[in-house]
Amino acid sequence: MSYSKSIIDDIFGGIRPAARALEKAATTIQGWYDAGTIPQKHWNDVIETAKEFDHHLTPDDFFPVKPPQASSFGYPFEKLHCLSIDDFHRPDIETLLSLGEHYLDLNVQKNPDRSVLKGKTLINVFFENSTRTEKSFELAGKRLGADVISMQIASSSVKKGETLLDTAATLNAMNPDLLVVRHGSSGAPALLSQKVSCSVVNAGDGMHEHPTQALLDALTLRQAFDGQIDGLRIAICGDILHSRVARSNVKLLNMLGAEVRLVGPPTLLPTDADRWGVDIFHDMKTGLKGCDVVMMLRLQLERMSGAFVPSKREYFHFHGLDRSKLGYAKDGALVMHPGPMNRGVEISSDIADDPDISLITQQVETGVAMRMGILHALSEAQDRAKGASR
Amino acid sequence: MSTLSIKNARIIDPASGYDDFGTVLIEDDRISAFGPHIDAEGDIIDAEGHICAPGLIDMRVSTGEPGRENRETIATAAQAAAAGGITSFVIMPETDPVIDDMSLVDFITRRAETAPVNVYAAGALTKGLDGQTLTEIGLMSQAGAIMFSNGKSPIAEAQTMRRLLSYSASFNALIANRAIEPSLSKGAVAHESDLSSRLGLTGAPSAAERIMAERDVALAELTGGRLLIDMISSSEALDVVRRAKSRDLEIACSVSINHLALNEVDIGDYRTFAKLDPPLREESDRLALLAGINDGTIDVIVSNHDPRPAGEKRLPYAEATTGAVGLEILLAAGLSQVADGRLDLMAFMAAVTSNPAALLGLESGRIAEGAPADLIIFNPNAPWVCDSDSLLSRSKNTPLDGRRMTGRNLKTICQGRLVFDSSH
Repeated sequence: MSYSKSIIDDIFGGIRPAARALEKAATTIQGWYDAGTIPQKHWNDVIETAKEFDHHLTPDDFFPVKPPQASSFGYPFEKLHCLSIDDFHRPDIETLLSLGEHYLDLNVQKNPDRSVLKGKTLINVFFENSTRTEKSFELAGKRLGADVISMQIASSSVKKGETLLDTAATLNAMNPDLLVVRHGSSGAPALLSQKVSCSVVNAGDGMHEHPTQALLDALTLRQAFDGQIDGLRIAICGDILHSRVARSNVKLLNMLGAEVRLVGPPTLLPTDADRWGVDIFHDMKTGLKGCDVVMMLRLQLERMSGAFVPSKREYFHFHGLDRSKLGYAKDGALVMHPGPMNRGVEISSDIADDPDISLITQQVETGVAMRMGILHALSEAQDRAKGASR
Repeated sequence: MSTLSIKNARIIDPASGYDDFGTVLIEDDRISAFGPHIDAEGDIIDAEGHICAPGLIDMRVSTGEPGRENRETIATAAQAAAAGGITSFVIMPETDPVIDDMSLVDFITRRAETAPVNVYAAGALTKGLDGQTLTEIGLMSQAGAIMFSNGKSPIAEAQTMRRLLSYSASFNALIANRAIEPSLSKGAVAHESDLSSRLGLTGAPSAAERIMAERDVALAELTGGRLLIDMISSSEALDVVRRAKSRDLEIACSVSINHLALNEVDIGDYRTFAKLDPPLREESDRLALLAGINDGTIDVIVSNHDPRPAGEKRLPYAEATTGAVGLEILLAAGLSQVADGRLDLMAFMAAVTSNPAALLGLESGRIAEGAPADLIIFNPNAPWVCDSDSLLSRSKNTPLDGRRMTGRNLKTICQGRLVFDSSH
């Protein structure tokens, strides 16, 4: 039952009486009625007017906002895991992005429908240290009403010789509904997903994929470019070889119709990356030409075995983003970075901190909303699968 | 004296190119006569028109004995070999302890006395396979080590390799070295390609194999040692061998059956059972290797039998161990390629019988009067599905589980005794 309908019908006695009482056009009220929501700027009016009808409304009565159904173009979202962008087709991506968009509204995000994940357990299993991704999932889960626990396995039983599958069996015995996994080995979450009876979300595996980061990047871009990713020219720059973010982003942005370029020194580009449906450049000047978005990647010194670039100084000189290099891109081009940043190595501080150019804080903000959307979609798909098997 | 006859057989001997229907007559442990006009006598086995060929000789088998008997013992490996039509195999020195002195060669020989097939030991090239300290190659040869190898890891230093080839030449010992350039292959778990970089796996380029093959060819030429380039997997390394052979250098090379049957796509979604060493490479490499057998560039096909319990395989891809069992796969997987028209039957049989026999200096591997009666009877057209659970090997790790195969061993005769019969 939509709350706007109940307010309009029960308190004011229908659309026309409500329009008279609130001194609004009937079509406006009709719009609220159909949409199922009342815009926040009108809440005060509605509360004040309701008092005259002897009803004491509080802002809480305007919640919960029922989120949209997890489906688009008539395709219900049926995926039980989020392991790789390859798992999803375009309608799935649209579903996820529109759910993410829904939770992006801060009012919705802070006062969401907590029944979405009510009674569900989410376990964050991080075999590699991470703060932002882990906390972002934790917050997303909690806001949707799940019981959330986080485990840092990097420092526990693995050192005692326990294998990933032993850990999987242990976790499975706790009957979680959602497992969020980060692991240093490519393909580890996929292996885990075969051995547990719950949904697995890949929060980064080795040098393979980081699909939730790609989705939040796409959502950030949608917000910045009025929903249009199709036709954008996007340069992904820097250490692509070691980057799981780049691999997921190449797949997703290609699927969404963007023209993706990879820019980096040859030692930091993967073998045969030109077969990924992207253009390859080795210098920033030609690589950034005409780009709407420049996505910088962190130089992953910890994953490097041996020297890939001679020094940080030389790397910044040729591949670090500063104002002059950004000048090669389109006027008004925006800058992204999945974080954490090495300031002065791949990106200069004045660009990272310039709110007119940088989308970096938006990316973090979008992260929680997008992850709420992903958890929501997976949980609904789970319920549907359970319903079908019953 | 016992007499055994195999009648109604299509007799194939790759050493001489003989291919005719007839009977093989065996007296005790030797072949006494064969051909179309021989009368069957004694115990008679009816081959029912199937092929009778020399038993296979597998130059590269790992067992877990001594040290890791949970993987495989010599006894279980020998049973699997008999079932797969292999009548002789060579155990790699990569055991615990390493087979790096006479007493361990002797240990293997004695453990193998009761085995149904012939088992030989390969000695280690360096102490503890450290890649630096030379072992007693001469004494181990006398004790029965049939060839020398450094196991999975190559001899990294050129100077060490040079001395090994040079020193062993006086004993005419065969030196096998893996074609891996260690620094280029460091941390690699797959073939370096578009596919592995998508999967986020560190790859070894084909060039790593080519560089080592080139180096070893040059050192063999310098020293006159007998070199076996152990398990090439790329067309680039094959070209190195082809060029060397065109200059009449006496070097040999081998390939594993897995690299003739599979390619990198079999890794699929991180299938660790297809994680092998050397890594599976591209389809073009596979086809080049098959052509290399047909034209004689590649001398030997090995099973590279490497039994591993599931626990060592069911791990994230980068952490899982390499290796696959092969004793029961070698013949069938090769015959499947023959059935597909990619491999010439006679070239395939030579690469698993007479060629390894010549390299190892064995009498077996051929059908001739007076040759050891190590024979198999197989149906080259029998269809079957590989089921890892029904393998006799103690470990069941095979990437071919569930694969359709064409061609299967029916009977194995070793030293004149029937050691495997599929109808029982």
